[in-house]
Amino acid sequence: MARISVTVDGVQYVDDVQPRTLLVHYLREQLGKVGTVVGCDTSNCGACTVLMTDPDGDAHGVKSCTVLAMQADGRSVTTIEGLASPDGALHPMQRAFHEQHALQCGFCTPGMIMAAVDLLQDIPDPTEEQVRKGLEGNLCRCTGYQNIVRAVIAAAGAQRGAPSASEPESEPEAAPEAAPAAERAEPAVTA
Amino acid sequence: MTAVMEPEVGKARLRKEDARLITGRTQWTDNISLPGMLHLAILRSPMAHARISRLDVSGAMLRPGVITAFTGADLTDRQVGLPCAWPVTEDMVHPDALPLAKDTVRYAGEPVAVVVARDAASAVDALEAIEVEYESLPVVLDMEAALAEGAALVHEDKGTNKCYTWIFDSAGAGTGGDVAAAEAEAEVKIHRRYVQQRLIPSFMEPRSVVVDPKPGDWTMWSSTQIPHILRTLLSLLTGTPENQVRVIAPDVGGGFGGKIGVTAEEMITFYAAERVGKPVKYTESRSDTMVSAHHGRDVIQDITLSARRDGTITGLSVNLIANMGAYLGLVTPGVPLLGAFMYNAIYKIPAYRFECTGVFTNTTKTDAYRGAGRPEATYAIERIMDELAVELNLDPVEVRRRNWIKHEEFPFTTVCGLVYDSGNYDAATDKALQLLGYDELRAEQTARRSAGDPVQLGIGVSTFTEMCGLAPSRILGALRFGAGGWESASVRVLATGKVEVITGTSPHGQGHLTAWSQIAADQLGVPFEDVEVRFGDTRVAHKGLDTYGSRSLAVGGIALVQACGKVVEKARTVAAHLLECSPDDLEYSAGSFQVRGTPGATMSIVEIAGAVNAAHNLPDGVEPTIDADATFDPETFSFPHGTHLCAAEVDTETGAVRIRKYVCVDDVGRVVNPLIVEGQVHGGVVQGIAQALFEEAVYDADGNLLTGSFVDYTLPSAADLPDIESDRTETPATSNPLGVKGVGEAGTIAATPAVVNAVVDALRPYGVSDIQMPLSPERVWRAIQGGAS
Repeated sequence: MARISVTVDGVQYVDDVQPRTLLVHYLREQLGKVGTVVGCDTSNCGACTVLMTDPDGDAHGVKSCTVLAMQADGRSVTTIEGLASPDGALHPMQRAFHEQHALQCGFCTPGMIMAAVDLLQDIPDPTEEQVRKGLEGNLCRCTGYQNIVRAVIAAAGAQRGAPSASEPESEPEAAPEAAPAAERAEPAVTA
Repeated sequence: MTAVMEPEVGKARLRKEDARLITGRTQWTDNISLPGMLHLAILRSPMAHARISRLDVSGAMLRPGVITAFTGADLTDRQVGLPCAWPVTEDMVHPDALPLAKDTVRYAGEPVAVVVARDAASAVDALEAIEVEYESLPVVLDMEAALAEGAALVHEDKGTNKCYTWIFDSAGAGTGGDVAAAEAEAEVKIHRRYVQQRLIPSFMEPRSVVVDPKPGDWTMWSSTQIPHILRTLLSLLTGTPENQVRVIAPDVGGGFGGKIGVTAEEMITFYAAERVGKPVKYTESRSDTMVSAHHGRDVIQDITLSARRDGTITGLSVNLIANMGAYLGLVTPGVPLLGAFMYNAIYKIPAYRFECTGVFTNTTKTDAYRGAGRPEATYAIERIMDELAVELNLDPVEVRRRNWIKHEEFPFTTVCGLVYDSGNYDAATDKALQLLGYDELRAEQTARRSAGDPVQLGIGVSTFTEMCGLAPSRILGALRFGAGGWESASVRVLATGKVEVITGTSPHGQGHLTAWSQIAADQLGVPFEDVEVRFGDTRVAHKGLDTYGSRSLAVGGIALVQACGKVVEKARTVAAHLLECSPDDLEYSAGSFQVRGTPGATMSIVEIAGAVNAAHNLPDGVEPTIDADATFDPETFSFPHGTHLCAAEVDTETGAVRIRKYVCVDDVGRVVNPLIVEGQVHGGVVQGIAQALFEEAVYDADGNLLTGSFVDYTLPSAADLPDIESDRTETPATSNPLGVKGVGEAGTIAATPAVVNAVVDALRPYGVSDIQMPLSPERVWRAIQGGAS
């Protein structure tokens, strides 16, 4: 067993882990962060993608099934469960996935959203082509990706402060528990 | 409440289910953790066909954390064969499919032994300590070889690899003419052989099951599409009274037909939990999924089309060989039958004969995969329609137009005896042609051809229909299916006026929570936000037949309409009593009863729910509830249709295919939620494109699955795919009160031939008339070179 200290979704944990424990299993089984899922065993599908800081403190997307928990020692990890603001306001990427109908079964969604957040860190204003190439490492079987691409481009616009261009009626919900939004409320863009 | 409410049905409502899914507050089966829960790992056969000459799990029992280990022999008195609910013929060969192999394995991946341990890693580790010796047996993989005299047998005791032969003949059925006569008189006769490669459904959530063996109260959580069917069969297979079995399908991460089985893994987990008296969980790895969850397609199609020189089709005959795999799954033998009535497609074909032979091989079993039988049928007929067009030098759209059923000819009884209730093929096709810019692209194609451009352009046409909304129980019975096809809904108006809808369908990505809320909101006149929808737990949704075959809306949605209607009628009785009028004097709209001609004398359904709950002043003999249940059994299938057009560029020097434009106009009847419909079309089309260009399950000569992970099985990524331009025409179904038809499978059914037709069309000048799917650059290049395709 090895002792690691890791910050996950803003909370610091100190835990003993087996040297072979994968980050995703540490998250799911030891921390109960079951929002992050495992879709394959060859790091092809990207369902387990989370953000992890590098030694310089910059966060990057990693496939948590291909990272040992020990490698996260001293790092900070953000999962889908920690992406929204502490006050419950959705991240622009979460909001965009909802508004653009970019998910169906939702199993790939945590990894897809985290990978998309990572993508916009590198390319804040991507073309459709760049989004498609940038998300190559994340598989979705339901959506055909088209609405995912739309969502990422919409989120990029929202992050740059451009008005959300969502076509369908929008019902921004501050958080999952929030009361139903008023009919046809204006999409409120919050970061 | 305002008197006028904008109808919910038809609105692009954002999905209610998203809130949990985008924040990770999900409940996949693998997330479930119960006190004292143990973990199970399965040792799978590495051999495609072998006798197990020695099997010893004692070493595994000694490993740390291991509670028990067992084999098929240990279950001799307990396990029974997995069920097949569709014995398509009386003499169908139905081999025993034991969850845990006893002495012989018949495909690589078959479960051989089991370890139960305190944690998943210990269970997997201990598999290494199991000692097995296999005595290899001859492997049969090729379907035609399997049917040949003297072939090695998958099931020696059965004496044959043939599962069944099923025939439909329009002359015999009295629904059409005689194909042999049509072929004898044909001015044009075209025969083709098409091979539907084997596919792997590839839902993103690997399957998982948890069993809690509380005596008298067994609970199984499973990543399944069919909690209700599973509950019944689990009860029958284990002898546990059905009222002591609860099945829960929590969040389910996709299915596409791949989760409609009663699986070996579910049964093994049940037996394990029973043996140890503790909750047990099994979650498969993706590599397990690839070999053990059922596959799809894998059919050889011989098709002969007879026609006159003016393009009029005079007859169609189809001969199939369908790969069952080593065993039969829940509906394996019936999958080709779901296509049997679709080869005639949208065309007026006077004579038709269909014959299908199911065959066993040493491969993973096949079963339903998105479209199930109908993509195969649509592919074959839409490919051969293009061949007819070439033969007669007609435009592929024109040859179809000369044969399809005209809008004014509906309802139309097909050569199979099915009654298509509605459709407008001209409208959908004209719209699609315009969206694509068909004439301009044809002109560009001509220019590229005459310029000898190394990048050639092709246009693929697919005008499809499908039968879905499974299904009329009587027809299913006539086809020897083991169950009915009705669906159930319950509506509860709570004391506070909030509404709970309970559906017997079991969504896994389709958005029932949102769509059912829209329907109930309209039917009851309550706000969309006030409706919640519950499903997927047999203790909550007592009755149902689950989700597959694009049935949920077309069958389950109608049950909901009927249940809402009953609620309103019950409320009417109470309202009349409280408003002191006759029920006939009440008008119901936008959630309120109003006494005709007496403005102000109104009562909302919410007020009535409160009054009923208090029960202080109810009419004599009226129960204190306005809740209602309903079931709906459709009279016929529904028949969505549409026109899909694909413009593909083919690099003749490299064989690379690029989809330049993909246009589809689908007619799925009345649309409840256009956002959801569009999403279904996108995803469906992409799965169809994937069959055409990317996916194929491949076995080596020994029966090892070479495409056993996502490294080798090419699930397309965003970078591999085009944008899809989708539009609709709306010809309401006349067979149900909502006018809906179903959309779940449409895209997958339509897209594959559109893409292949486009590539072949591009390469006609090179003498190419067919290329085997998937159309890899190598295959396309070889076809151009005139090599084997």
